[in-house]
Amino acid sequence: MAILTKEEAKKIIDKVLAYSKADEMSVGLSGSRTGNIRYARNSVSTSGETTNLSLAVTAVFGKKSGTSTINEFDDASLEKTVRRAEEIAKLAPDNPEYVPMLGPQKYLDINSFSESTAGITPDYRAQAAFDSIDPCVKKNLTAAGYLEDTTGFSAIGNSKGLFGYNKSTSIDFSITVRTADGKGSGYAARDFNDASKLSAKSATEVAMQKALASSEAKALEPGKYTVILEPTAAVDLLQNMMGSMDARNAEEGRSFLGKKGGGTRLGEKLFDERVTIYSDPQNLEIPGSPFGGGGGRFGGGGSDGRPQEKVVWVEKGVVKNMYYSRYWAEKKGVKAIAPPSGFIFEGGTQSLADLIKGTEKGILVTRLWYIRAVDPQTLLYTGLTRDGTFYIENGKIKHPVKNFRFNESPVIMLNNLEAMGKPMRASGNLVPPLKIRDFTFTSLSDAV
Amino acid sequence: MKRRDFMQMSGMGLGALMFPSVPLIGNPVSAEHLMEPWLDAAAKKQLSETALNAAKSKGATYTDVRIGRYLQQYVFTREKQVQNIVNAESYGIGIRVIVNGTWGFSATSDVTPDGIAKCAATAAAIAKANSKFQKEPVVLAEQKGVGDKTWKTPTVKNAFEIPVKEKIDLLMNVNGAAMDNGAGFVTSNLFFVNEQKYFASSDGSFIDQDIHRIWPTFTVTVIDKAAGKFKTRDAISSPMGMGFEYLDGVTSEKIPGPNGLVGYRNSYDMVEDAIAAAKQAKEKITAKSVMAGKYDLVLDPNHLGLTIHESVGHPTELDRVLGYEANYAGTSFATLDKWESKNFNYGSKLVNIVADKTQPHSLGAVGYDDEGVPCKEWDIIKDGVLVNYQATRDQVSILGEKESHGCCYADNWNSVQFQRMPNISLKPGTEKRSVLDMIKGVEKGIYIIGRGSYSIDQQRYNFQFGGQVFYEIKNGQLAGMLDDVAYQSNTQEFWNSCSQICDKDDYRTFGSFFDGKGQPSQVSAVSHGSATTRFDGVNVINTGRKI
Repeated sequence: MAILTKEEAKKIIDKVLAYSKADEMSVGLSGSRTGNIRYARNSVSTSGETTNLSLAVTAVFGKKSGTSTINEFDDASLEKTVRRAEEIAKLAPDNPEYVPMLGPQKYLDINSFSESTAGITPDYRAQAAFDSIDPCVKKNLTAAGYLEDTTGFSAIGNSKGLFGYNKSTSIDFSITVRTADGKGSGYAARDFNDASKLSAKSATEVAMQKALASSEAKALEPGKYTVILEPTAAVDLLQNMMGSMDARNAEEGRSFLGKKGGGTRLGEKLFDERVTIYSDPQNLEIPGSPFGGGGGRFGGGGSDGRPQEKVVWVEKGVVKNMYYSRYWAEKKGVKAIAPPSGFIFEGGTQSLADLIKGTEKGILVTRLWYIRAVDPQTLLYTGLTRDGTFYIENGKIKHPVKNFRFNESPVIMLNNLEAMGKPMRASGNLVPPLKIRDFTFTSLSDAV
Repeated sequence: MKRRDFMQMSGMGLGALMFPSVPLIGNPVSAEHLMEPWLDAAAKKQLSETALNAAKSKGATYTDVRIGRYLQQYVFTREKQVQNIVNAESYGIGIRVIVNGTWGFSATSDVTPDGIAKCAATAAAIAKANSKFQKEPVVLAEQKGVGDKTWKTPTVKNAFEIPVKEKIDLLMNVNGAAMDNGAGFVTSNLFFVNEQKYFASSDGSFIDQDIHRIWPTFTVTVIDKAAGKFKTRDAISSPMGMGFEYLDGVTSEKIPGPNGLVGYRNSYDMVEDAIAAAKQAKEKITAKSVMAGKYDLVLDPNHLGLTIHESVGHPTELDRVLGYEANYAGTSFATLDKWESKNFNYGSKLVNIVADKTQPHSLGAVGYDDEGVPCKEWDIIKDGVLVNYQATRDQVSILGEKESHGCCYADNWNSVQFQRMPNISLKPGTEKRSVLDMIKGVEKGIYIIGRGSYSIDQQRYNFQFGGQVFYEIKNGQLAGMLDDVAYQSNTQEFWNSCSQICDKDDYRTFGSFFDGKGQPSQVSAVSHGSATTRFDGVNVINTGRKI
């Protein structure tokens, strides 16, 4: 029931729209089935499955809008929801930034659904946990991991004839392996749309190897170091930067893209010329949603109906695009580019091993943790390394090092780019391992 | 959802429909609908008995059922306009079972006898599937059934009964006051939450609770276009376990500080704070950049609360200590051997930290936790020594205790309950001491107010905190504002540098409304009380950069 077909979804949306007495009405309908299993101390701790199907109706009178949702689908409930949305709209204050709804749109064909993920059962999850726990038990290591799979759909429609439907699946797996004495810890994370691409076992092997190799870490003085950030480490800082590319904030002078004296840094070369970042909803490795302009993993009711398309954000170090709300774009007379659901950082062809081989002195970072903004003006972030940090000398990993706290801006970091490897999927993005010089570590942490 | 994601969303001013993946946010409804009564206790009892019986018939040796209706009203504004009003309702049932010594959980929004029976069967099937690989069977601390009970947050004005217009008018006044005093931009928000939870367990407990929380907040931004600089100052309100009366701004709950600064206890004057915020953000633009080095820090409760949360609250969660959070939030330096030694100096002798879920007006206050355990208060750090942790029914036997601490919580009917932080508070000093008295004794220091940037490692040793406003202290006096301040320390070193605590007249709670933990991530709300406290010789870094 939770996963409706395109036809079933359209039928409900049309029915809802037929009840409308508002000037404009939009409907978002989404459903999902999410299952998970969590384990720690080599044993399953929690596990569950949740289904949800919900409908959101937004009614608009003039510049007043109101939203109501429901998870019951009989005719009376649907009509009641429409009436409620209308009542809320009438009571709402005018929204001076209201922009009339979009008419019919052409959406890209995107395949983000996989039967292998949709067919996951509690036994599959338990087996994945076992595949991860068992090798750890045999090596006297401790596994803590999490697997979550989601199958969902989202459909949008409005009184101007817009309709969109998307079905999607995803699976996320992460594993932390610790040594029995608590002196070593390793991590690996994988995410896919198609569960058949996931091997919990091989991801666990990576984490096991890092746990064993990271024991007996030596302390290095904090300071500026050449680092190699694995994709799982680099992605967090890059995501924060991509999330700060809102045009309005930049034009209002409160973003790293704001300029001294007013205006923005659009068109300026802000990064090393090898930096190119774009988004492409049709990319086969990270398929996105056909419609955007909102959030939510499946586009959800969150979309304002804008089609997602390929957008170049940074090209050869130059800021090429920022994203807009429809209101701000209209006010500025520009195209309302929607924020992307995932991004692709063009990398090189080298493997992580090649990057290490080419490094005279440096630090390999597996994962960054507890990253928080320190200064939104400069995009300065702080956080720590975690679960496998190693000293590299003459192209080889010499020994594990104690974790560091960093204070660094991705903008400065991408100016200090030394080399890039082959991009890998990380948290729904494609990110290469990055070799960065002068990465700022400000203190040491005793944490393992 | 992660706290960060949430704040980004509200900051972007996106619509109600932006929240499809937030378990806390239910289905948008009208403000009036929020006031409509739901199922009465008798109907809920009947439905929960259906669940208990269905689970038992599938082999469950223990079952608990939570039938929940979760209401939220969120109001978002910027400058002169309302960006969004979210009225949301979410209801359904979550069933947790033990089969073959293993937990299983399932939830459904189909709250009918059929839907409930199916849900109970799924929970049992999940438990069975997992039990194949289970090596340690679950051991529950005994909890006698408490029979039929009710509990309600003591509120004077139910926030959901206050007309939306009154809320908008308040925020427009706040925004207007900020703009009139030099703000370039201002966003302001009101968050109201009501959890109507019915808990039933196979132990024979049937508990009906009505829990209310409130959080008014804003961010004021001042821009210097010519210099290409901007500075912000967030509200120094605290989320509370209160009704709309928190916004009355009564004078008796204001705590006057040095240089005209004001602290707020159980009543908040949002307009007054917005005026102060605009002025302070403006002052920040030209404030002196801090010289890195060692300083004595005087930390306001509205700042210190977050430091307590991160450096005492999280490390003393027993599930973290045991390794249950190793893959996400991390583990803890406060290991069992340190506790067993009975002499681990977490802090100086002045440091007394208590856990409770009973403190009036606090976010953690409830009658019973989500395992049906009556709430209480207990010591975590006594005279500087680590003496206990925070635990649930399936953990407390590890501590040699027979009774759960009552720390189990789920953020929604569709989330499984697990160990969550109770209120964790630093007891005020016993000697009479005001903030001014404290500052007088500091030669080279910084007075920090408000919650800023915060980050701590996965075992809670190394942390870095910023704040909202920073004042230099020179020879016992405040000497103007500083900028680019963050302090870095090690938890044990930091708490051992605690040298003075103001008395109970300065005591207030700080709160975290959307504290994230677990996989899938769940939020919870928790308060941290303290009085202004001094820490000696803490390492301060300069965070200024050029890009």
